[in-house]
Amino acid sequence: MTTDFSSSLRMVSQDPGAAKPDPILTTSNVRRSFGGLVAVDVDHLEVQRGVITALIGPNGAGKTTFFNLLTNFDQPDAGTRVFEGRDLSGIPAHKVANLGMVRTFQLTKSLSRMTVIDNMRLGATSQEGEKLGKALLPFTWKRQEAEVTARADELLERFNLSHMREEFAGTLSGGQRKLLEMARALMVQPTMVMLDEPMAGVNPALKQSLLDHVKGLREQGMTVLFVEHDMDMVQEISDWVVVMAEGRIIAEGPPESIANNQAVIDAYLGAHHDSALDLGVE
Amino acid sequence: MDFLAIFENTVRGLIGEQFIYFGLAAIGLNMHYGYTGLLNFGQAVFMAAGAYGLSMAVVSLGLNFWLGLVLGIIVFPLILSLIMGAPTLRLRADYLAIVTIASSEMFRIIARSPSLDRWTGSSDGLTAFANDFYEMSPFQPGRRYLFGLFIGNQMWVVVVGWALLATVVTLVWAMMRSPWGRVLRAIREDEDAARSLGKNAYWFKMQALMLGGMFGALGGMLRAIGTQSSQPQNFITDVTFFAWVALILGGVAKIGGPVLGAAILYGVLNFTDIALRQMVQSGIMPESIMDGTQVGQVRFMLIGLGLVSLAIMRPQGILGKKEEMALDDH
Repeated sequence: MTTDFSSSLRMVSQDPGAAKPDPILTTSNVRRSFGGLVAVDVDHLEVQRGVITALIGPNGAGKTTFFNLLTNFDQPDAGTRVFEGRDLSGIPAHKVANLGMVRTFQLTKSLSRMTVIDNMRLGATSQEGEKLGKALLPFTWKRQEAEVTARADELLERFNLSHMREEFAGTLSGGQRKLLEMARALMVQPTMVMLDEPMAGVNPALKQSLLDHVKGLREQGMTVLFVEHDMDMVQEISDWVVVMAEGRIIAEGPPESIANNQAVIDAYLGAHHDSALDLGVE
Repeated sequence: MDFLAIFENTVRGLIGEQFIYFGLAAIGLNMHYGYTGLLNFGQAVFMAAGAYGLSMAVVSLGLNFWLGLVLGIIVFPLILSLIMGAPTLRLRADYLAIVTIASSEMFRIIARSPSLDRWTGSSDGLTAFANDFYEMSPFQPGRRYLFGLFIGNQMWVVVVGWALLATVVTLVWAMMRSPWGRVLRAIREDEDAARSLGKNAYWFKMQALMLGGMFGALGGMLRAIGTQSSQPQNFITDVTFFAWVALILGGVAKIGGPVLGAAILYGVLNFTDIALRQMVQSGIMPESIMDGTQVGQVRFMLIGLGLVSLAIMRPQGILGKKEEMALDDH
């Protein structure tokens, strides 16, 4: 059975900041500057629920900074971010994860001197045994631990990491670490998964498997937003593409049309004219 | 040469009071650094908190011994952790290191101040606050115990110390195999990863700082009890670094590491001390090379040499695993 996930976006206009029928994440007037440099200045963005949205742009466009702002790993100078109807202002990053928005990192953060299975177990939220008062009373958390472990083993199976279960995560290859990080993020049981360059440093053999896993997230009803440089990946799996340049969103649209967008071509290849401010909104 | 004396002194180092005090302090550091990745260069201030918590409660405030224990082991270390941790645990690891080393020196210098004589006894410190402790002793003060190694009161301190060490080691072992301990290790490996998975890294670090500080306070308090005095000089920065040496020697992030390290450190210190002294006395060591007054310094040189060789040949410590250490870098 194939579902056309992009159907929900058919009626959406292709302007930057376009309204979506069912946004899971909405941001308005988000600004972040470092000293004199305005890294991010996004007027409005809505991310549609249940689809895969790609965030692309040339180097230095502010993608990762914007990503950090969306997940509260960084605080904006101004602006609002609303996730599932909740304002994220002032909420610490770890609480955002508990709200159901979980992220991965551009430089994979596998916990090297912990086993693969412990990496996975860590991802489960609301663990009783993580309270200091109960840590010394194993009978209060043994059952939950068994459930968490069962869920972790299922995911390891799905991500082809079962054979590495007891190994230190530091012994995994670069691609396996990407898989582990994604699997670990799923232990949080998120509604929205944010992937920061999931394909960076992954060999071609593993690429297809990673792509399938990302599509799998959508099939399970999760929303995916990812930052990526690999245009093949963007074309293959995204339902919607958001393009950033110089801290702003310059275009939005389905992957087929975005490659022909004049503003996008200008941003990647350099504008034909001198005016940098003409961001080509038609 | 009196080989029996050399042997006895070495054993006293391996299992005696210094081993216990520094073993406890090093377990605290292991909690901080080994499991959570917190750089605490001021364990001496937690030890001082234990010592002064008890002695000030009993001597300056006239409170009961048991209340002094609670103040020294729980209240003082908790307050210290909050003061040092609240502003620094959100920042990079180096900030805690700076604040802890500064706090330990500040505490020592303030405690030494003549204007606080009434409270801290200034540089003479406070004495005779542990009579209640020795009254509970089942050992007779005049007799020698354990093949004559320890006299009565010493034996009592040592027995209580062993029991405390065993309890604390078991406690740390149990905590570190729980999901709580797993979060600490995750924070040590990568704090941002832990936060991205919904863990409140700040609060877990605070808990680790408090617990490790309490273990240090326990060591410092026992030391004050063992000598019936708490003096500022007992909490100079060297004290912190002795605990660090014990931890690194034994093996970081290993349950038995700090205990084994403390035993070996004081075993070797005692052994070199008495062996060198005996060699000088019996004339084996010619006076042109070394005399009796230089023994104290030379044994630290030997310890230093030993540490340097360890760092080259076995950087992971005695109990550590080399493969694990190699995983440190991504």
